[in-house]
Amino acid sequence: MLYRPINQNYHDFIVQRDRELCINCRVCERQCSYLVHYWDENRKQVMHDNAKCVGCHRCEALCPTGAIVIRHNPSQFRENSHWKPWFIKNVYKQADGGGVLLGAMGNPQPYPIYWDRLLLDASQVTNPSIDPLREPMELRTYLGSKPDSLEFEEKEGKPSLKTKLSPQIKLNYPIMFSAMSYGSINFNLHIAMARAATELGIVYNTGEGGLHPDLYQYGPNTIVQVASGRFGVHRDYLNAAEGSDALSPAPHHDIYSIEDLRQLIYALKEATEYRVPVSVKIAAVHNAAAIASGIVRAGADIVAVDGFRGGTGAAPTMIRDNVGIPAELALAAIDQRLRDEGIRNRASVVIAGGIRCSADVVKAIALGADAVYIGSAALVAVGCTMCQRCYTGKCPWGIATNVPSLARRQNPEIAKQKLVNLVRGWAHEIEEMLGGMGLNSIESLRGNREKLRAVGLNEVELDIFGVKPAGR
Amino acid sequence: MLKERIYSISEYKQKIFSQKEYMREKDISGCGLFGVINKKGQPISGCVPVEAIAIQHDRGNGLGGGFAAYGIYPDLADKYAFHLMCDDQHSLDQAESLLKKYFDIHLSEAIPTRRTLNVMDSPILWRFFLTVKKDRPSWNFLSEEDYVVAVVMLVNKRVPGAYIFSSGKNMGAFKGVGFPEDIGEFYRLDEYKGHIWTAHNRFPTNTPGWWGGAHPFTILDWSIVHNGEISSYGINKRYLCEHKYECTLMTDTEVVAYLLDLLIRKHGLSKKMACKVFAPPFWDEIDRMEAEEREAYTALRMVYGSGLLNGPFAILFADHKSLVGLNDRIKLRPLIVAEKGDEVFMASEDCSIRSVCPDPEKLWAPKAGEPVIVELEN
Repeated sequence: MLYRPINQNYHDFIVQRDRELCINCRVCERQCSYLVHYWDENRKQVMHDNAKCVGCHRCEALCPTGAIVIRHNPSQFRENSHWKPWFIKNVYKQADGGGVLLGAMGNPQPYPIYWDRLLLDASQVTNPSIDPLREPMELRTYLGSKPDSLEFEEKEGKPSLKTKLSPQIKLNYPIMFSAMSYGSINFNLHIAMARAATELGIVYNTGEGGLHPDLYQYGPNTIVQVASGRFGVHRDYLNAAEGSDALSPAPHHDIYSIEDLRQLIYALKEATEYRVPVSVKIAAVHNAAAIASGIVRAGADIVAVDGFRGGTGAAPTMIRDNVGIPAELALAAIDQRLRDEGIRNRASVVIAGGIRCSADVVKAIALGADAVYIGSAALVAVGCTMCQRCYTGKCPWGIATNVPSLARRQNPEIAKQKLVNLVRGWAHEIEEMLGGMGLNSIESLRGNREKLRAVGLNEVELDIFGVKPAGR
Repeated sequence: MLKERIYSISEYKQKIFSQKEYMREKDISGCGLFGVINKKGQPISGCVPVEAIAIQHDRGNGLGGGFAAYGIYPDLADKYAFHLMCDDQHSLDQAESLLKKYFDIHLSEAIPTRRTLNVMDSPILWRFFLTVKKDRPSWNFLSEEDYVVAVVMLVNKRVPGAYIFSSGKNMGAFKGVGFPEDIGEFYRLDEYKGHIWTAHNRFPTNTPGWWGGAHPFTILDWSIVHNGEISSYGINKRYLCEHKYECTLMTDTEVVAYLLDLLIRKHGLSKKMACKVFAPPFWDEIDRMEAEEREAYTALRMVYGSGLLNGPFAILFADHKSLVGLNDRIKLRPLIVAEKGDEVFMASEDCSIRSVCPDPEKLWAPKAGEPVIVELEN
């Protein structure tokens, strides 16, 4: 098709329509927000333009006769291990448009995934495994700064606490919904997250887009985010929540140093009358451990580390794909550094970015995390297929879009149920894995790297993880 | 006759210290326990624990037996009694010269032993009775107890062929490779009298035996005997590292000893609350408590979660004034307690108690996670 610009000729997907099955009902046409499918009046049938397809599978999922399959475009460039199609196509795009490449969702490149190199322990003979269906199994987690020691008074054999504690966030499961702003996703999903968090006894993070007043009622299960743009940040917003979160993209114009961060942390604490813990989120970068140590000393109650696998609504592709380090390594380094410095109790550590399953959660906690954020997994739960086109705002699944006709595709009640089911399912699996390890409480897993063994890691990586190789 | 390979002290230390901290292998063992306390502080002969642990012969495999006794050195009660095991005279000399630097030595003698058929290849066993030097060569800012602990750790780390296995006052540990009844005979325990005794029969499953690996483990006046495998070991150890304890022996029991020292001596928790750190109430029990108690236990679990001992265990620990028995939260190891007159017995099996106290007034199995704390009355 010579009349097309070059970048459209080498598209990623093809729509394969089975004409025998297709009844020309035009559902695909109505569902596709990228206008792939269209009605050809002359032929009196539905046609499609492969070049526009983003591979979201919406048409395939909703086709009533199962006539559509989305496939990778089999057309190949000449093989070249260095000039992979990804690079060639990107050059075509930029040569055409002269802009910055945009990407969405997490870093999809084949960097090592350390979760897949860590294996869990199971009890054999010398200690019994515990069956969570018959025995208590505890996942409750509190996030916030803890003192190093406690003082009690005992009256008639019953203890009472003399030490004053800082505010804490109580979680029934060590899982929270990640910061996804009203804007990057829509109101229906914000309601769903708020309700799911409330039902589960966990919290969700508002992201940087402020908080709709209708959601203030879910305050006890809300972390409000104070991001660089300060969108929607005011007194009522801060006080609507159980926790607050200061985030650092490029840059906060009032944080140019750690001293400034300390001021912001205390400004937030003052504004919320020391009623809620303050969490500081950083990206997993080279010096994450030292930065985390500084953050804790600056007064943060929670340190959240976000890895490059973490989803984004829109980011320059080069940055998404090349900046930062795997969050697993950052987490291990941060937990160890805080312990070396004797300040691990002073803050909780939360990891975000690419947690795909309950085993990832267990591994994160064994490395030292108090809890995890899930973002992408939560979106997948409500239908996301990881087509990585959030930045278009045209999400056919009604997730990363605020187009009313598309956003309507998410029913808050159904979405809430999917989120609740996901977390409950993971929680059952976490309980089973804990029981297998002979543990009946999540705090005995936290930082318990004896429960991990590594496969295929070099000695330096083992050192950073503080994990023995499998077989030792 | 024991044919298994027994590590010398220096071989064992080499094995441990040549590896990075996280790479060291952890000991796993099953065990038999016995403990007895006279609440009036009246002396009990060493024959009692030896006889009671002997009947639990099958709970061990001959790779470790040991005893702790309180009130055994009444004439030297104000001196730190250091028990050492050394591979050779040179190691003992090295240890002694280090100790001389930090302490005044009041008495230095061999620990009396007798030749016993089944106890072989014993290291040199020596004891020193010490007081802290008025002019300390270092660690001036430390409390006396911390100073003593620091010297013990120093000797255990620096002198390859020597190991201090007991460092309290008017108490001592006696342990080695062999069945406990043989170890008891070897150390001539029938000649000692104490108001508290604990005894241990060990069944290690993954490491060669060495003399220092037998229970009890001690730090200052604390002594611990332990049956079980603590699955939370990895985090308990890292928690202790944060507080400057170095776990060199790679056993669960060492972790318990250091945790007791941290929680009770340094953080000032009561024995009961320390036990509640090890085996806290479940959240649903806590949720049913009245507000004040609920707040206390919630805080306890939040702050001391890394000290929770998770996994099957029964432990007995003692100091001069008390004997405490504790099970894990779901009682995955046996523990029986019995009373007769002023004496309280604790053991893995009731046959063990009945062998030395055939008609106890009361005998019961404590509930999971409920500590049995027996204090001296005076």
